[in-house]
Amino acid sequence: MKKTLVKGKVKGTILKSQNPINFLGTMDKKTGIINDEYHDLFKKSVKDTILVFPYGIGSSVGAYTIYSIKSNNSAPLAMICKKVDLTVATGCALANIPLVTITEEEFSSLENGKEILLDTESSSPITFFE
Amino acid sequence: MELTREEESALKGEQGETMQTAYRILVATGEATDAEKLIPIEWAHLSGVNYNTIGDAGEEFLSSISKDARVKVKTSLNPMGFDIDNVSNYNLEDNFISKQLSIKQSYETMGVIPSFSCIPYEIFDIPKEGTQVSFAESNAAIHANSFDNLKTNKESAFSALASALTGKSPYSSLRKETSSKLTIQMKVENPNELTYGMLGFFAGKVGNESVNISGIGQMDRRSCKSLCGGMGTSGTCAKFNFNEDDQESEKIDFDEAEMGKVYDELNTCEKGDLITLGSPQLGLEEISDLAVRLKGRSFKKRCMIFCPRAVKEQATKLGHRNKLEKAGCEILSDCCTCLTPLIKKEEVDGVTTNSIKGAYYLKNSNGVNVNLKSLSEIIKDETK
Repeated sequence: MKKTLVKGKVKGTILKSQNPINFLGTMDKKTGIINDEYHDLFKKSVKDTILVFPYGIGSSVGAYTIYSIKSNNSAPLAMICKKVDLTVATGCALANIPLVTITEEEFSSLENGKEILLDTESSSPITFFE
Repeated sequence: MELTREEESALKGEQGETMQTAYRILVATGEATDAEKLIPIEWAHLSGVNYNTIGDAGEEFLSSISKDARVKVKTSLNPMGFDIDNVSNYNLEDNFISKQLSIKQSYETMGVIPSFSCIPYEIFDIPKEGTQVSFAESNAAIHANSFDNLKTNKESAFSALASALTGKSPYSSLRKETSSKLTIQMKVENPNELTYGMLGFFAGKVGNESVNISGIGQMDRRSCKSLCGGMGTSGTCAKFNFNEDDQESEKIDFDEAEMGKVYDELNTCEKGDLITLGSPQLGLEEISDLAVRLKGRSFKKRCMIFCPRAVKEQATKLGHRNKLEKAGCEILSDCCTCLTPLIKKEEVDGVTTNSIKGAYYLKNSNGVNVNLKSLSEIIKDETK
């Protein structure tokens, strides 16, 4: 793991994307469903997942979208990125969604549909369940 | 990042939910920018005011947080979507107006000064040299760092709000002593404010954090603002240095060819249906200068002038406003060209302006064409 941006401890199932996410432009703020047909998570909801994606893109106002999906009970349980960006960092901070950044190798090891425990305060923050 | 015991306690929620949220934002921002600690700031300037940009999600957040959030330091505010004095002339939807007024109310409840201006450096007194501030408006952050001897990073709406509520900012990047890795050598002769705007836009694209500029002489206030507005639009850079002889840095020229590229990117038509002046908003000096230059002349088409309310009131008392209105200008306070809902592509094909920042947002957000001209050319071509 590289950095803890927002602390927390959650257990959940990975929803993984290889594409960056533009929260302001492409996420429905009521349902958490991605509505960009060119995105690999098209029509999928991020609700109650551990959302793994490279990094956020687009306007910093996207932080308010992250706050909205949380208010509408459609937010991920946690977010895990390769690279930090201020939109996702401040959005997760507003909404109190745990956020960490990880290395390229760790990113490759996280598979879609796998259940994990993320505990940002632990010495081994990511635990896999078989 | 190291936190004091009190900061840790706030982050744990022991000082209430609002302070916890504010500290979470500062910690996330601090970790993202490799800050070592938080330091006190004396003045915050907030963006995220115009309903056009923050939408329902922003309006709801501010309404919720304003129930108990109060600012700890002097806090000023960016423009909103309209001027309440004349909003009825602009055919805005009732929903827009009521949501905008809710946003205004939320900020006022939090104790923010309702300045609705993107040029805080022109309407407030500047603190002493080296003072740490937290400015979210990009042109204001750049102006503060480059011309006012203040220190700020290019803050986001959220980090500046968190700084206002806590009186602190992460100590990173431009808050420390820095030197520019890149020098832009100004090679364009006889520059006007439009040239400086294009130079700024170019600098924002090639620079990172700060850039050094050589080869520019004295700039008037209009040109300084244009330079800052241009750079804030195109990149993440938030400071100009003006060293003529920086041996260490990499050199790059801004010449007629580079300027031509910026012009071709932002100038999309040869004629506007209306003219806008002000992005950044005009200060009293520019308003007074304009009143002199328009003596005996009047615009052949609509000309919208954007300025802070404090400037509009002074301009009214000094008689400038009357002169400008006689010359056919519409004076709007509390709002600005950039991200205005008052210019709609259904009603306007093209806008003439001398603002690079305004041009960028008119083109990309409002979807209208832009005709770039310096103020002198605008007065020559568009008045009689």
